[in-house]
Amino acid sequence: MAHISEAGVKKINEIIDRHIGQKTPLMMILSDIQNEYGYIPLDVQQIVSDRTGISVAEIYGVVTFYSFFSLEPKGKYVIGCCMGTACYVKGAQLVMDKFCELLNIEPGQTTDDGMFTIDALRCIGACGIAPAVTINGKVYPKLSVSDVPGIVEEYRNMGGAN
Amino acid sequence: MAKVNIKIEGISYQVEEGLTILEAAKKCGYEIPSLCAFNHGECSNGSCRVCLVEVVGARGLVASCVYPVSEGMEIIISSAKASEARRASVELLLSNHNQNCQQCDKNGQCELLNVAYITGAREGRYQGEKTPVTVDELTPSIVRDTSKCILCGRCVARCENAHGLGILGFENRGFSTIVAPAENRSMANSPCILCGQCVSVCPTGALMEKSEIAKVDEAFKAGKHVVVQTAPAVRAALGEEFGMPVGTAVTGKMVAALKRLGFHKVYDTNFAADLTIMEEGTELLGRIKNGGTLPMITSCSPGWINYAEYNYGDLLPHLSSCKSPHQMQGAIIKSYYAEKNGIDPKDIFVVSIMPCTAKKDEKERDQMQKDGIKDVDAVLTTRELARMIKRAGILFTRLPDEEFDQDLMGDYTGAGVIFGVTGGVMEAALRTVYYVLTGKEHEAIKFEAVRGFDGIKEASIDINGTVVNVAIAHGMKNAKVLLDEIREGKSKYHFIEIMGCPGGCIAGGGQPIVRSCFLPNEDDDILDTYKEKRANALYSEDERLTLRQSHNNPQIKALYDEYLGEPNSHKAHELLHTTYSPRKGFN
Repeated sequence: MAHISEAGVKKINEIIDRHIGQKTPLMMILSDIQNEYGYIPLDVQQIVSDRTGISVAEIYGVVTFYSFFSLEPKGKYVIGCCMGTACYVKGAQLVMDKFCELLNIEPGQTTDDGMFTIDALRCIGACGIAPAVTINGKVYPKLSVSDVPGIVEEYRNMGGAN
Repeated sequence: MAKVNIKIEGISYQVEEGLTILEAAKKCGYEIPSLCAFNHGECSNGSCRVCLVEVVGARGLVASCVYPVSEGMEIIISSAKASEARRASVELLLSNHNQNCQQCDKNGQCELLNVAYITGAREGRYQGEKTPVTVDELTPSIVRDTSKCILCGRCVARCENAHGLGILGFENRGFSTIVAPAENRSMANSPCILCGQCVSVCPTGALMEKSEIAKVDEAFKAGKHVVVQTAPAVRAALGEEFGMPVGTAVTGKMVAALKRLGFHKVYDTNFAADLTIMEEGTELLGRIKNGGTLPMITSCSPGWINYAEYNYGDLLPHLSSCKSPHQMQGAIIKSYYAEKNGIDPKDIFVVSIMPCTAKKDEKERDQMQKDGIKDVDAVLTTRELARMIKRAGILFTRLPDEEFDQDLMGDYTGAGVIFGVTGGVMEAALRTVYYVLTGKEHEAIKFEAVRGFDGIKEASIDINGTVVNVAIAHGMKNAKVLLDEIREGKSKYHFIEIMGCPGGCIAGGGQPIVRSCFLPNEDDDILDTYKEKRANALYSEDERLTLRQSHNNPQIKALYDEYLGEPNSHKAHELLHTTYSPRKGFN
């Protein structure tokens, strides 16, 4: 199993402390860990299990049920391509394919340098600006295939992986 | 309890409020086919959709196992709409099921096949993709085969309810969903204690014991001297596999069957249960006298030992160093018995018939062998023994009662018999401890306070001025309460008995499966009463025996005189005691 640093354990415990008193804290804990840690490996699930009394199998079940949670580290920049109906008919597939081609990965994968992850998303509720892509929360509206190389370049120039 | 008026198939009934339609219908004389529902809602996911019925006015069909009755409700079970829906549900389950039924050890006791028969579902109606399969055979105890899993969730619920462990869970989503330990690991790489409670609730063959019948066959073929021993709880349940009423003690027939199966010697593990009491009782008195680690905790249940090693590594010094009885008996067979009979221990093959799946794993422990010779070579569950008997064409119910072999280790006392039920080891120990401290037998013999099925039982017994505080827990959820007390330094007990399975060995993971659908002659509430019935079978055997205290077993006395010296002697330690070490669950 992957080894988590002492600082990592401390951070995870801080996240758990924020929610532990609540009635059903698991989703909030996992959500915050996903956001702040980037992924939820088994060691981390074990810590959550020890603190909450919820079995590792159940936590693992929740993590593998919701596509928002990840068992693998995600890249520094997570490119979320909306594949909802509106985006799809406006050419979202072509946009995502271009990202995949430039970064040489499939949806759900992360580049070897840890810079980029591509996720295919269900409708993100931004149909008016279809096709839409989010990168670490920033929304790129009405993208065309020709916009993609510039965006990738922009993030490449912004800096290295974690 | 308030009553509500309902109608089933147009006939009016009054039933208790709060019941599900499934439960209410049963009380009114209707058995709605169902699969995932189990044991008063212990599992009630409503996931299998087999128990669909029509409720007048409801939108669509409802799952009767989760839908509560209400005033004025009209229920229709037998309409074409409901019958066809139930059949379709079963056919959909079958479409993603491994249909190699004749190769499945659950054949004959499979609830899926049973509802398929009842609903008229036939294989092959829906063809298509199947969920990728995992077959986990890495533990010596349990085989998990997801091709036979119907995702009912009974095992998930049982592991959590009995032990608070939750080793198994649902993972992934939709068609890829499986029930597995986290990461779909092998149970061998998880903190599973291998108790087999999941096996005992599984409706299909998705969770089964790992059969060792072939190993036993091999031993016979190889010309080994095959010695068999039977745990106390086996006799209280084996008869169920042959249609005998739950709670029938079948000691004599079991022995007769084992002799007909060709075992060269048939012994009772109760002999070693008596031996355990001598060793464990002496150890306890030693600890009390010499300020040793207290409370001392029993070590007969390998499921419990696994739990302790995974979760309470810091408390291992509290465990008695005694091996479990069948391991002791194996060690004695391969030393004392071998010497007396002039047989090379290498040529002896010891088979234990146990109500337990964890014992299969226990016998493989490094601590359970000496110079490369295992104490015990094969462990068969009660169910496996029944299969061997059926295979040999033996009509079990027509067998005469026969006696265990009497040489060297044929005697056993009532104290040994009651080992099979929660509180039994404690009671057996108290009988002997009382004698050692007072020089006389306890008049009543029975210690009622330690009997019964409460999760945690406790008693204080004043023996000649020495007050002994004892507690008993079964199921790890209950044990945890006592263990946390010890960890916090608040435990007031001297001696604690812990059994892995709720109810003790009589309800162990290797015992016959109890399902009312396969027990038409038992009462509907058999799932509530079978533990007590099996326990009573053991308590009655104890009552019948003349010798009821381990220290009065003449062959135990002879074993010490001739071979071991005295309890806890150097030789006894070498053969009968063991060690434990903390383990990490997810390694």
